[in-house]
Amino acid sequence: MKKMIARDLVIVGGGPAGLAAALTAYEAGVKDILLLERDQYLGGILNQCIHPGFGLQYFKEELTGPQYAERFIEKIMGIKEIEISLKSLVVHLTKKKELTYIKPGTMQTVAAKTLIMGTGCRERTREMIRIPGTRPAGIFPAGLAQKLINIEGLLPGREVVIIGSGDIGLIMARRFTLEGAHVKAVIEIQKESRGLIRNVAQCLDDFNLPLYLQHKILKIHGKDRVEKVTVAEVDDEFQEISGTRFELACDTVLVSVGLIPENELIEMAGVVMDEKTNTPESGELNTTSIPGLWVCGNAYKIYDVVDGVTRDSAQAGKLAAEYLRNLP
Amino acid sequence: MNLQDVIIIGGGVIGAAMARELSRYNLKIALLEKEAELAFGISKSNSGIIHPGTQNPPFSLKGRLCVQGNQLMRGLARELGVDFKEVGELIVIFQEKEKARLFSIQQEAEALGVSGLQIVDRLWLKQHEPNLSPDIVAALYAPTAGIISPYRLVYGLAENAMKNGVGIYTSHKVTAIIRSADYFEIQSTGGIFRSRYLINAAGLWGDKIANMVGIQDMVIKPRKGEEYLLDKKREHLTNHLIFPLPTPTSKGIIVIKTSDGNPMIGPTAQDCEDKEDLATTDQGLNQVLASARKLVPAISRRDIIAYFAGLRAVAGDDFIIRHENQCPGLINVVGIQSPGLTAAPAIALMVVEILRQQGLGLQPKPCFCKHREPFTHLFALPLAKVNKVIQQNAAYGDIVCRCEMISAQEIREAVKQGARTLDGIKFRTRAQAGRCHGGFCTTRIMKIMAEELNLPFSEITKRGPGSEIIKTTRGNEKNDSA
Ligand SMILES: Cc1cc2nc3c(=O)[nH]c(=O)nc-3n(C[C@H](O)[C@H](O)[C@H](O)COP(=O)(O)OP(=O)(O)OC[C@H]3O[C@@H](n4cnc5c(N)ncnc54)[C@H](O)[C@@H]3O)c2cc1C
Ligand SMILES: Cc1cc2nc3c(=O)[nH]c(=O)nc-3n(C[C@H](O)[C@H](O)[C@H](O)COP(=O)(O)OP(=O)(O)OC[C@H]3O[C@@H](n4cnc5c(N)ncnc54)[C@H](O)[C@@H]3O)c2cc1C
Repeated sequence: MKKMIARDLVIVGGGPAGLAAALTAYEAGVKDILLLERDQYLGGILNQCIHPGFGLQYFKEELTGPQYAERFIEKIMGIKEIEISLKSLVVHLTKKKELTYIKPGTMQTVAAKTLIMGTGCRERTREMIRIPGTRPAGIFPAGLAQKLINIEGLLPGREVVIIGSGDIGLIMARRFTLEGAHVKAVIEIQKESRGLIRNVAQCLDDFNLPLYLQHKILKIHGKDRVEKVTVAEVDDEFQEISGTRFELACDTVLVSVGLIPENELIEMAGVVMDEKTNTPESGELNTTSIPGLWVCGNAYKIYDVVDGVTRDSAQAGKLAAEYLRNLP
Repeated sequence: MNLQDVIIIGGGVIGAAMARELSRYNLKIALLEKEAELAFGISKSNSGIIHPGTQNPPFSLKGRLCVQGNQLMRGLARELGVDFKEVGELIVIFQEKEKARLFSIQQEAEALGVSGLQIVDRLWLKQHEPNLSPDIVAALYAPTAGIISPYRLVYGLAENAMKNGVGIYTSHKVTAIIRSADYFEIQSTGGIFRSRYLINAAGLWGDKIANMVGIQDMVIKPRKGEEYLLDKKREHLTNHLIFPLPTPTSKGIIVIKTSDGNPMIGPTAQDCEDKEDLATTDQGLNQVLASARKLVPAISRRDIIAYFAGLRAVAGDDFIIRHENQCPGLINVVGIQSPGLTAAPAIALMVVEILRQQGLGLQPKPCFCKHREPFTHLFALPLAKVNKVIQQNAAYGDIVCRCEMISAQEIREAVKQGARTLDGIKFRTRAQAGRCHGGFCTTRIMKIMAEELNLPFSEITKRGPGSEIIKTTRGNEKNDSA
């Protein structure tokens, strides 16, 4: 039953990290590559980032997310030594780099001589910052809202309060505004925005959207759908300053409070992890405690811009090629 | 006129257990539920513990039904293909002098028929429960305590009842009841029903239903319980359910094991006014964390991945289960606070007995089918088995929820079995219940629902009308439901 196929290099994740790693490994001489992507297309999170702002460093021009991804996808499609398996979710990984993946109609186990993980990240949720209150419809991780609007063409809300002023929160504030929704506030607990300066200017200032620095949401209200939130100003210890409470009526709360690298598979395999960041404990870029197992892209650390992902993930491809060459 | 023999108001665990028990007999039965799906009331937000029957006042009705329910649950879960695990519980003490209380709990429980009880010492605890606080000196061990998924139990009961002929009507809120000479006329938002017997299992709203037929002396007060779920990575935090000594109003804040693996801590016990107030609070969180950490110090704030509140339906100190002589044919099953989940199968038997005494003819059906096909959950299967399942049906290999490994086929099966909302899908399959809380899979689930139910996106809800996910299609104002 267990037909274990051996492959020189297996790459998990078809986002910019996995794509860059595959291309560089190929260029460095690896001629048997399997790339597994759980989605039905390559490109990872870039597919839903239809705003410009990608590639300024790497290509020296301003592209949208899908355009940026397309440059790599086109190249990779032309290389027959890179086998791409879509709709393939890796569900199990061992210390010996044997991985099991599921795709429609089949479950496969392969043994990788060397393995690169480019599994990206997930969003921190409302639950992780433990905002009290009810749990009605209308509370969305910002990335989900982005997908609903940009990919599905659906508007998930009209009166929006955004928690967190990282880049995704800022970009979504603009997106909702362009779609005719009313962004009532971006609430940030820190003293300054966590996003890029250009995003604060282009996404909030240009549209006169209010940013509440040093504020936090105390409670979400609403039975079936979000009805309002209670907000207050906080001091330097993030404690509520009394007398500053106010309410904002809204039907939607977007939660944009950071990303967490997706590394449950390497944890399963026994890679030594840094519990705080959910990333591998790592001496040098892309390395882990298991020889021949590399992690790159947002799974390795959270990058601000994709150009850095591409640059560093290429390094993972080289490391894997070198590792293969040195195998007995 | 379409006259039913029995109508049950309320599709929680109590109503569903009665529907299933009554479906053994040649009767016309209907169950009416106001929400879009079953198990959307108290039965979805509780601790999921099948209590052994300790911590109940001696001679109480709930004590007796709890012990009997615990015994019945094992067979029932097997017949319905619902996962029941006997994990055992420990009621712990921090001081030698509290041992007297453990002995009295033991005596009371033994008088009720709870078996296997044993006082265990520090050494035993160190061996069997290494993460327990070192300040704990002894515990009462009750091996028959178990855990179950409360909503999957309700769905199992209801599906099996349906298979045996019971009519289940969701989105049917009972608004008025008229008692005529031979039957009840029950008005609901989905139409008028008539029935010879009527069972009130409306949970928090049991008093409102009783009021409709003129019974005024029943008042239900909600008592809130906040619960906090921990990451599945912490599954092996404890091997048993860990209880402190009970207080007069509650069993205290517990370290719970749940049937899906995530540990849970809670619940609080806070009397409140509003029967719809399901908000969690900062105070609740802090209280639960502090109390749970007294029992198991390794628990950290960072482990929390989800939380919710449930409301107990309190009507005095005990369950109220009785035929109302002032309104012949009406049976009230109200004030079913904890351990109502445990007691449900025993309550169902008791109600059947009351119906028999009240003249309902009970003729067993020769064709009663007690088994229900278990639901295939990929996450519950070993990988080798997963492969077989996928080979038989390719759609099981089409994974939708990657955190919990739920396939498109499971979502479709859930819809076939009655899921109509995103929460209904979550309760049946666990899709959206993992670390990302649906960040990745919600859109795909909505697509499958739209396809299977032939609905536009704008009508897909989290838990029924009013909780629509989408406000409008982009650039299409006409579609706006707001
Ligand atoms: C909303 C948003 C806005 C952004 N805006 C900008 C911007 O303006 N400019 C900029 O330069 N950068 C921007 N970024 C950052 C940039 O998009 C990311 O840094 C980059 O996409 C990360 O690449 P990655 O390959 O590591 O991860 P991803 O793109 O997330 O790719 C990971 C891939 O792995 C797959 N995968 C995961 N687990 C498994 C598994 N078990 N089995 C199989 N496959 C799996 C996933 O399906 C996914 O396709 C933005 C990001 C977001 C989310
Ligand atoms: C925090 C908490 C923890 C608990 N833990 C445990 C435990 O670990 N073990 C245990 O044994 N018990 C536990 N319990 C108790 C247990 O959950 C309840 O006893 C049980 O779920 C009650 O079920 P029910 O069917 O009576 O109520 P519900 O599940 O509320 O069902 C009543 C139904 O009636 C419907 N309804 C109301 N009005 C109308 C109307 N007019 N028309 C139509 N339908 C209507 C409601 O919508 C609802 O679905 C706990 C309770 C809480 C709150």
